[in-house]
Amino acid sequence: MSVRRLALNQPEGFAFSPASLETANWWLQKYPADRRQSAVIPLLWLVQKLEGWVSEPAIRVVAEMLGMPRIRVYEVATFYTMFHLQPVGRHHLQVCGTTPCMLRGANDLKAVCRRRIGAPFAVSADGLLSWEEVECLGACANAPVVAIRDLYHEDLTPQTFEARIDALLRGEDVQPGSAIGRQKSAPEGGPATLVDPALYDGSLAVPVTLPNRPQPQPQPAEA
Amino acid sequence: MLADKDRIFLNLYGLQDWRLEAARRRGAWNATRDMLECGRDWIIDQVKASGLRGRGGAGFPTGLKWSFMPKEVKDRPHYLVVNADESEPGTCKDREIMRHDPHLLIEGCLVASFAMQAHACYIYIRGEYVAEREVLEAAIREAYEARLIGRDNVHGWDFDLYVHHGAGAYICGEETALLESLEGKKGQPRLKPPFPANVGLYGCPTTVNNVESIAVAPTIIRRGAAWFAGIGRPKNEGTKVFSISGHVNRPCNVEEAMGIPLRQLLEEHCGGVRGGWSNLKAVIPGGSSVRMITAEMAETVLMDFDALSALKSGLGTAAVIVMDQSTDLVAAIARLAYFYKHESCGQCTPCREGTGWMWRVLTRMQSGEAEMSEIDLLLDVAGQVEGHTICALGDAAAWPIQGLIWNFRHEIEDRITAYRRSRGLHALGTLAAAE
Repeated sequence: MSVRRLALNQPEGFAFSPASLETANWWLQKYPADRRQSAVIPLLWLVQKLEGWVSEPAIRVVAEMLGMPRIRVYEVATFYTMFHLQPVGRHHLQVCGTTPCMLRGANDLKAVCRRRIGAPFAVSADGLLSWEEVECLGACANAPVVAIRDLYHEDLTPQTFEARIDALLRGEDVQPGSAIGRQKSAPEGGPATLVDPALYDGSLAVPVTLPNRPQPQPQPAEA
Repeated sequence: MLADKDRIFLNLYGLQDWRLEAARRRGAWNATRDMLECGRDWIIDQVKASGLRGRGGAGFPTGLKWSFMPKEVKDRPHYLVVNADESEPGTCKDREIMRHDPHLLIEGCLVASFAMQAHACYIYIRGEYVAEREVLEAAIREAYEARLIGRDNVHGWDFDLYVHHGAGAYICGEETALLESLEGKKGQPRLKPPFPANVGLYGCPTTVNNVESIAVAPTIIRRGAAWFAGIGRPKNEGTKVFSISGHVNRPCNVEEAMGIPLRQLLEEHCGGVRGGWSNLKAVIPGGSSVRMITAEMAETVLMDFDALSALKSGLGTAAVIVMDQSTDLVAAIARLAYFYKHESCGQCTPCREGTGWMWRVLTRMQSGEAEMSEIDLLLDVAGQVEGHTICALGDAAAWPIQGLIWNFRHEIEDRITAYRRSRGLHALGTLAAAE
């Protein structure tokens, strides 16, 4: 398990913005009225989207909103590794380092991060960049993968990855997706399957009779 | 190769539109009302007859699982929970279903919920899939607006569907940890029994199914159980989305028939192993939690549950991780050991302490800085972790290490010998023996 602690320096307080309160209420209506606690992960995630990280005052606010003991929210914030317990850079890079990505060069991407940004979780002097190594991001057919501000950049090489870092430093937007122009997770060069035009001509939308429909049961004769 | 007409996920690669209208043209939501009219027992019988086995890794028959739910709804509501916490290293299939064919999943949620008399369903998607969650939420909005789901919908079964997300914990893919997480707690697995079918979400009867298991159900019923059961081998029927990663020329996701020979899968769909078949060293055939197989085994093995368990490996999630001759297998498995150390929830001592211990030993073995006797010790400790924990994460941490030692013990031995030789220890030993 990973040991995680709150940051030493904490802000004075935390408050949801009106817009994020609306989103929080939208989350809350998904669960039974007496099960507000279910919304704790989505609410902490909202906090992180607002502030960039999850602070101790925010944990108190969320606990208050959900009627939970603070320690239970603290437990959740420290258990789930997507919650940043200290400030991160404006663009936080999550480099997947698990075996499928490692086999296709994730170690080289980590080296790029160390050279260009520094140690994991260290924020660059201009506050723009930080990075961490994360466990499997679940896009292994497009390895190696880096999530930049939550969106996946796939099929990277050190060169294409560095080009993205340069673009971020210039203040430009980077487009997520495959760096080699692949169609999602289809084989490079285009899929050899799903090419039959009959799949897409609407013939499958013609009403069908279900096979093995049960025969109507003979009604028992009235006594 | 499986014929295109026998594929279920017609937009696996996102070349078409995922939205409702386009999904309908591809056959989604066709005859759904008829399915519900045939009754819940009929639906469960169809899924049973199709031979569908759960696609989340364990391969438990889906229809049978559905039949475990109480027959009558009493004082507690029933729930369906869809496990979209796809985090098994190597696996990336559910992501494609959710972002490219979300309506098949939504339709499956309705049909399965009806079969189990659930009026509410939660889809638990992993926190990292932010873009995928947005697509899924939008597709659900479309389904509500078209009155396909919701109160007073056209199907006549009141049904609410909600998306919930996690925040980066692999363990939440374990069904009871997932339920804990959905209840707003740390994702620590529960002791079983009671099983979720009796005491699940909020203490109510609950069934947890993988995304793929749920998403294939409507198409199976539409086309008939016999069609699905006619693909693959007995007890290993149907089609399956395979995720192939690692050292192949063209890694990809592809839907294929169960039981396709591994070699054919790699050569037809992935352009073969990098550097040719003879350059293959090992394959992890079912996601990181199964034992690796050698190139000789990979030559002939069929990709289904029974063929792979006969090799003491497993189909798992059908995530094939290919490793060629250039691979440092000890490093590859050491990285997986680190993954399990990182993801252990810390609840059971054998797993919490064992995963870290195994990772540290493997890290030393990677550089060769270990004793030969430690190989057997590692095997022994892996056996002590396996089967002694609440959930299967302990097993999952032990199996890749066992696979490495059983099949590639010489790699570790060579590493240790090379290290000792480089430090002059080997020469010293030889001299001592000669005297």
